[in-house]
Amino acid sequence: MRVVHVKELTETVAKLCWEACYYLPDDVLNGFKKAERTEASPIGRSILQQLVENAEEAKANHMPYCHDTGMAVVFVELGQDVHVTGGDLMDSIQEGVRTGYREGYLRKSVVGDPLLRINTNDNTPAVVHMDIVPGDSVKITVLPKGGGSENMSAMKFLLPGEGADGVKNFVLQTIKEAGGKACPPIVVGVGIGGSFDKVTSLAKHAVLREIGVHHPDPHIAELEKELLEEINHTGIGPQGLGGTNTAMWVPIETFACHITALPVAVNIQCHAARKKTAVI
Amino acid sequence: MAEYRLKTPLSDEDILNLKVGDSVLLTGRIYMARDAAHKRMVELLEKKESLPVDLKSEIIFYAGPCPPKPGQIIGPVAPTTAFRMDPYAPAMYKYGVKGTIGKGPRRQMVKDACKEYNAISFAAIGGLSTILSRKVKSEEVVAYEDLGPEAIRKLEVEDFPVLVAYDAHGQDLYEQEIAKYENYNKQSKEGAVNYENV
Repeated sequence: MRVVHVKELTETVAKLCWEACYYLPDDVLNGFKKAERTEASPIGRSILQQLVENAEEAKANHMPYCHDTGMAVVFVELGQDVHVTGGDLMDSIQEGVRTGYREGYLRKSVVGDPLLRINTNDNTPAVVHMDIVPGDSVKITVLPKGGGSENMSAMKFLLPGEGADGVKNFVLQTIKEAGGKACPPIVVGVGIGGSFDKVTSLAKHAVLREIGVHHPDPHIAELEKELLEEINHTGIGPQGLGGTNTAMWVPIETFACHITALPVAVNIQCHAARKKTAVI
Repeated sequence: MAEYRLKTPLSDEDILNLKVGDSVLLTGRIYMARDAAHKRMVELLEKKESLPVDLKSEIIFYAGPCPPKPGQIIGPVAPTTAFRMDPYAPAMYKYGVKGTIGKGPRRQMVKDACKEYNAISFAAIGGLSTILSRKVKSEEVVAYEDLGPEAIRKLEVEDFPVLVAYDAHGQDLYEQEIAKYENYNKQSKEGAVNYENV
């Protein structure tokens, strides 16, 4: 058994918040560069060039790449041989978000009650996904999720017989409705299977996968390739101002499901595809 | 698709000259307001009350910045999704706002309002926040301070880059450009089973 003090969790989460917002991951930056090389639209190419410059400038000056530093979504994989000491585990994560957003000069974009809409002024609460896993370490990932793309996400129960074609139609319809509102070039996280709650969680987890990495199952990898191609044929393009690069990647995650059901969820991630992981 | 450097507030003549796809570098005063501030302002307009700030002839930038680090004028900032402001936009244009800056496509009501009130809806690049913050030379909260990042701010900008997305002649840059690249170089494919009517 390993003992981990809550203070270490708080410090780790705080650092991950601002690091994620300042330093766009290499896979995303390479995605922009690849898109720029292939983009047919002159407006699209100009946008992609500026996004690369913006990422480089943000990194050099330790500033947020995008002003929408999101609602923090925190994924915790807690080793079953870890004993957390010194306080409440969940509180320590929220305190990390609070500290990270304050010390990192990140925007506070969370309202406490969805209807009364008073800003909490410290970006808490964060959404926390907690999994207990084998081992004695704690893996934490912070995904600062911007509102514009999150708003364009969608979920639907298809008929079981609709199969892969039904999934494709729903994903394409969601992307077309989102258009430039989701801030393309996007990453399209797709969940297929599970239950009402599970399928949206799958789509959210899919967004964490590195650009360029396919699903291990060949038929899902094939679906990812086909969807990427078809999304890029919509013409939406960078910022929705036309072009051949709407999505950089379409990661799909799947789970078993009921004989009656074929749930599908689409979680859209804008070009500020920020994520940062640390292991304690 | 011409390029212009214009001083704000824009004149009626400037607006008539601008066409979708034109690139404009704006210099001068603009105001920042987004969802919560629009809700309040449109409620005031409906009650025929005056706004906390005179926005007649002005440009509204739909945005909310990060807090500035010590020594910065403003934190990173770029436009938010304009679509969410669509229900408020016709009332604001009717009131006298001459331009808005947002990201992403808008609804017919905005196109109609731009035409009717000789106004423009500009697009700036969403998420270009580090670069755009450098174009801001001064910032002051002028109303609704309680809204935090959603407060109304007065900005002085220099060479702030925007595209004309919807002009005063009813044109739509998004529609026009997407049509050029839909099915670009696509090879024909077999149709899928249509489950729409199952």
